[in-house]
Amino acid sequence: MSDTKGKINKMLIILSKSTLENVYACFVLANGARMEGIEAEIFCTFFGLDAINKKKLDHLHTATVGNPALNMPTMLGGLPGMEALASSMMKKEMEKIDMPDVHEFLDILSASGVKLWACKLAMDMFHLKKEDLYDDIDGVLTVGEFYGRGEGEGTHMLFI
Amino acid sequence: MEKTIADRTVTVNEEGFMTDAAQWCKEIGEALALEEGICMVDRHWVVVEYLRDQDAQGVPMSIRKIKNSGVVDIKEIYQLFPKGPLKVASKVAGLKKPASCL
Repeated sequence: MSDTKGKINKMLIILSKSTLENVYACFVLANGARMEGIEAEIFCTFFGLDAINKKKLDHLHTATVGNPALNMPTMLGGLPGMEALASSMMKKEMEKIDMPDVHEFLDILSASGVKLWACKLAMDMFHLKKEDLYDDIDGVLTVGEFYGRGEGEGTHMLFI
Repeated sequence: MEKTIADRTVTVNEEGFMTDAAQWCKEIGEALALEEGICMVDRHWVVVEYLRDQDAQGVPMSIRKIKNSGVVDIKEIYQLFPKGPLKVASKVAGLKKPASCL
C-alpha cells in the first residue's frame, strides 16, 4: 500500500446474478477500469453465468418482483409479461445513451483486455460446458485459482 | 492555468488537459505524448486526428464509437494508449477529458 499510495491496479469483479442491472453494473465497472488503464477480470458464478451463457445472454431481464427501486407494487410486478415489459423499456433507455447490448458489451470487454472467467463449481452444477459459453471466454476457474489472479499490490475485489 | 509546451504557452486544467483545442498543434501533441511515455507513430496520429475531427463535430466519444469508427479498433487503441485509450489519446489531442463512463 505504501508504494502504490492506494492506487488501484487491478479490479477483480465477481458476478453472481444476471439481472440486466447487475450485469450492466459489472460490465460498466470493468470497462471503466480498463479505460483508466486499470486491469479488470470478471468471475461469473452461479446465476452470473447467464451473462456469458450463449443461450441466455441475449435474453436477460430486470427483476420486477423484489426490486423496490422500480417503485412497482409487488403484485403488479408478478403479472405475466411485466418483466418483459420492464426489460424492454430498460433496453430502450440504454440504447439512447449508447449502451451496447450484452453480446456487444462482451465483445468490447474482451477486445479491451478484460479477462472473463467462469466458475467451475457453478458450471458443474448447471451442467454447462465451455462450448455453451461466449466464445472469447478466457477459461474456467476454481475459486482458489481466481484468488490467485489477485496477487500484487493495488488489487481490489467486488461482489455483484 | 497556463503551461509552456513545445515552446508555446497554452491553458490547461489541473489534470493537464488543454482547455482550448484551438491552441493545439502537432508539436504540442508530440510533447504531451512524451509526458505520457508515448512516442508518436503514424497510427497514434490517425487516432488523434479522428478524435479531433469528432470533437469538432461535437460528437461525444465512447469506446463503442471507437469500435464502430472504422479508423481504429479497440485492441489497437489499447496498444497505442495502454494507460487509458480515450483519456490519454484525448489529452494528446488537446481535447477535454472524455466525460462518458462507456
